[in-house]
Amino acid sequence: MSSLRAYIITRFLMVIPTVIILLTLVFLILRIIPGDPITSMVGQKVPEEVLERLRHEAGLDKPYHIQYIEYLTGVFTGNLGKSMIWGKRPVIAEIMDHFPATLELTIFGFVLSVLLGIITGSIAAFRRGSKTDSGMRIYSIIAYTLFIPWFGMLLQMLFGVYLELLPIGGRITPGNSPETITGLYVLDSILTLNLTSLMDALSHLALPSLTLGIVLSGAYTRLVRNNLIDVLSQDFIRAYRARGVRERKVIFHAMKNAFIPVVTLMGLQFAILLAGAVLTESTFSWPGMGTFLIERIEYRDYTAVQGAIVFYAMFVALISLVVDVIYALLDPRIRY
Amino acid sequence: MLLEVENLTTLFRTKRGIIRAVDNVSLSLEKGDFISIVGESGCGKSTLAYSIIRLIDSPGEIAGGKIYFDGKELTSLSEEKMRKVRGKEIGMVFQDPMTSLDPLEKIGDQITETLMEHIDVTKKEAWQIAREMLEKVGLPPDRVESYPHQLSGGQRQRVVIAMAVSLNPKLLIADEPTTALDVIVQEKIMDLLNEMRKEGRAIMLITHDFALAAERSDRIAVMYAGWIIEMGDADRLTKEPMHPYTRGLIESVPDVWVDREIKPLPGFPPDLAKPPEGCRFRPRCPLATEKCMKEPPGVDVDGRYVKCWLFEVK
Ligand SMILES: Nc1ncnc2c1ncn2[C@@H]1O[C@H](COP(=O)(O)OP(=O)(O)OP(=O)(O)O)[C@@H](O)[C@H]1O
Ligand SMILES: [Mg+2]
Repeated sequence: MSSLRAYIITRFLMVIPTVIILLTLVFLILRIIPGDPITSMVGQKVPEEVLERLRHEAGLDKPYHIQYIEYLTGVFTGNLGKSMIWGKRPVIAEIMDHFPATLELTIFGFVLSVLLGIITGSIAAFRRGSKTDSGMRIYSIIAYTLFIPWFGMLLQMLFGVYLELLPIGGRITPGNSPETITGLYVLDSILTLNLTSLMDALSHLALPSLTLGIVLSGAYTRLVRNNLIDVLSQDFIRAYRARGVRERKVIFHAMKNAFIPVVTLMGLQFAILLAGAVLTESTFSWPGMGTFLIERIEYRDYTAVQGAIVFYAMFVALISLVVDVIYALLDPRIRY
Repeated sequence: MLLEVENLTTLFRTKRGIIRAVDNVSLSLEKGDFISIVGESGCGKSTLAYSIIRLIDSPGEIAGGKIYFDGKELTSLSEEKMRKVRGKEIGMVFQDPMTSLDPLEKIGDQITETLMEHIDVTKKEAWQIAREMLEKVGLPPDRVESYPHQLSGGQRQRVVIAMAVSLNPKLLIADEPTTALDVIVQEKIMDLLNEMRKEGRAIMLITHDFALAAERSDRIAVMYAGWIIEMGDADRLTKEPMHPYTRGLIESVPDVWVDREIKPLPGFPPDLAKPPEGCRFRPRCPLATEKCMKEPPGVDVDGRYVKCWLFEVK
């Protein structure tokens, strides 16, 4: 077990340089892009002294190395600067307003995609060569190539407009929001035992998370199928059976072995998941980070965009750390 | 008799046709017997072993015959009863120790899972047994905490043997247990099998190493293209082979001690999807005659089984 701890600590320490490189890249890219962010935000017709004042407020009149150090210390103390439009609220506060919505959608979409992938992939593997198998493989290819806004709209038409079963946009019916504890409506509804808001939140989540889940499940279906077929033909599976281990347990061991590459894919898919979430959010008017980011890009709210990207980058780094730890917990060959 | 296989036939229905990997095979084993099944690659040795524990995956199936084991007829047993025979009454050791252990589970977990599947012990007791079993096969007991990738090939094979004997099975089938190992480790593993036999277990060793079979076993069964073509006492069969194939096989084995010419067996075993008409060894047989266009009968000559027209009882 101590070697597992050593692995986790090493892996954790490796996050630090990764994050610093990411932050540096974001910093450089935003300064290499031609044009002055302030000018592009307010336009060139504005008097020079107003531009100066805005630049000073954003700290953009300082030398680059000072900006860089301030930016890094800011990020590590949770200060991403102030938004440049409207209330000029701290960017971190605005992110925190939108992040729970994205997190909720991502969790549901992610869990759904993995579940769908594992179920369809295992069915295909256990019925290898049959019509069901071909069906699952076609599903995987179609799901993989679906375009999120198009597929989302299709679901909206079917379940929202035609069957009138589910809401087609938004996160909750106004007035139904649960008391805020975590900002995740489903969790908050459960914590406050509010059944009305729970059902309302779930019905709003259904279509966007289904869209995201189905589109992302295609890759898992394929991977689970191929892995499971490979594992099931291995000697140690036959050896389990030859020792009289119950079939249910044999299948469990097979699934566990087939799951390892799936965990790797989860880490890789995570960035795609966030990108997919941006598209899904705009299709379903979901008030999350994607909607926030797109809105602020339109207004050229430079600090908010920078803050959102930094936040995304840190989030991806954190998730890949978590995935690697899960990987090590599953596979002893990694941690020794 | 502990094990009696009667006219066992196992087929694989493949796209290329029906492969009769085990064709009308009969053999029997008593407690404490050590029999070796020898033959070239692809002649059906493993299929015979898997048929006995009924682990033939599709597209294969046991198409005929009976397997009597310790008062039960295995081919007609329910799947659940058969599962209880596997591991508990018939232990099996596979060819490649590198792939026959689950890479994700501790050695101890793999041994105890098997134990607890068959006997009524607590987890703690099972771990204690696992430690004792490792000690018995010459491994430090604390290896229960190891994962397979932390062990060498020889150590892994000992683990597999420990697992196979931990439930004290009456029959141990070892399918080429030492092919992947070096000669010294091979000797130790064979000694281990011999000890198991001395404890009253029957051993069925599958190998393509004739010299090993001759040195270690009481009886040898020679397989060719799904048939047993000769079977009998190991010493006598080695000294005076009757079937032309057995003779050819022995002459093709390099003998370290005796200065003797090695004659490699010409040709290859037939494609089992399209076996030659009559005797399956006919195309390679130096003594083949007209008669061999028909399938030879299996006959008993002084306690030796041989399937060849040369020994037809008049
Ligand atoms: N799953 C399968 N599907 C189709 N054919 C098979 C299958 N398993 C075995 N066979 C065929 O059955 C025949 C006997 O194979 P088997 O593995 O029993 O031979 P073997 O004597 O154990 O050979 P080796 O010494 O190489 O292990 C071969 O012709 C093989 O091609
Ligand atoms: Mg074999």
